[in-house]
Amino acid sequence: MIATILDILIVASLAVGALFILVGSFGLLKLDNCMSRLHAPTKASTLGIGSLLVASMLNAFAYGDGSLNEVLIMAFLFVTAPITGNFISKTHLHGRRKHTDVPPPPQDKIWATDAKNTGA
Amino acid sequence: MPLRLLYRIFPHPILTLILVVVWCLLQNTITLGTVVMGLILGFIIPITTAAYWPNRPPLPKPWRLVNYLALVMWDVVVANIEVARIVLFKSNAAMQPNWVVIPLDLRTPEAITMLAGTITLTPGTVSADLSADGTALLVHALDAPDPDAVRDDIKARYESRLKRIFEE
Amino acid sequence: MIGTAVIIAMAVVGLAQILAMVRLVRGPMVGDRILALDTMVINAIALIVLLGIHWGTAVYYESALIIAMLGFVSSVALCRFVLRGDIIE
Repeated sequence: MIATILDILIVASLAVGALFILVGSFGLLKLDNCMSRLHAPTKASTLGIGSLLVASMLNAFAYGDGSLNEVLIMAFLFVTAPITGNFISKTHLHGRRKHTDVPPPPQDKIWATDAKNTGA
Repeated sequence: MPLRLLYRIFPHPILTLILVVVWCLLQNTITLGTVVMGLILGFIIPITTAAYWPNRPPLPKPWRLVNYLALVMWDVVVANIEVARIVLFKSNAAMQPNWVVIPLDLRTPEAITMLAGTITLTPGTVSADLSADGTALLVHALDAPDPDAVRDDIKARYESRLKRIFEE
Repeated sequence: MIGTAVIIAMAVVGLAQILAMVRLVRGPMVGDRILALDTMVINAIALIVLLGIHWGTAVYYESALIIAMLGFVSSVALCRFVLRGDIIE
């Protein structure tokens, strides 16, 4: 009985994980604006791999000695995903035409990426 | 005072605890040997890296941080369903990507980092840049007809909580 | 049941890998290519984890962890190179 419930849980998290990873890559391909493209992989792929790691952990507890290793990979990916996203969006901002489509910050300040461009 | 002595040996108790847990997870077993090895690492690493963080952020109420992380984890799941729905069922023409400027009340660098990370992981928003003087955050929203609503939501839901954790 | 599900999941993640690769080839901007590479690294980690479930061994977790770290560092290094023209200042 418990084994069946565990099996169903494992299969469900496998399905959810694979689906979210596919959505992440599909969004990367489908969206037409370079900033919009950033949204799909940073969020969907991260949750997808988290779900796959949960499946792996459940599988290890059901059919092996049990292992919590995967928590480390999950924590690492969840911490680093926003940093990668931030760096890639800075790259986009760096490569765009001069100060056209981005609203300025309040009080006549400039964004940090532009400050580096002008050397200010 | 034995407690005082312990505090002298382990000046960053939370970091030491995290290092022990990470070491046990890496070894994938909890025995006396792994715990002792983790404690040795937790003793050496804070001392050797102390020069790199001269003023450690005060964290008066750590349990509030746990509370906040639980809220964020829940929002991450909701965010992903939302983004998946937008990506799969909305045409590119119907989407309204928008820039949002968020003036910050937070001043602690750690709190701003956490806010930026939270924004990236939650519904339809990615933090893109910080203003040169650190008083405003540039956020890109995937589908936001009303940028002001996004700004107010982020300020009310995450920033006020972070302010209570880090700056009170 | 789990064996079949793992194989189907592998096929789906492989498809995602191909989609990311198309974006890597097409990507009009440098940032898009870096993002596609980052996504491909995450998908590769997913494939390794699935392989670990499929063969029932635990030896792949170390490699998954190391690829996660290398992927993060290489993405950030690429972005820094584009931003500053230099990685180490």
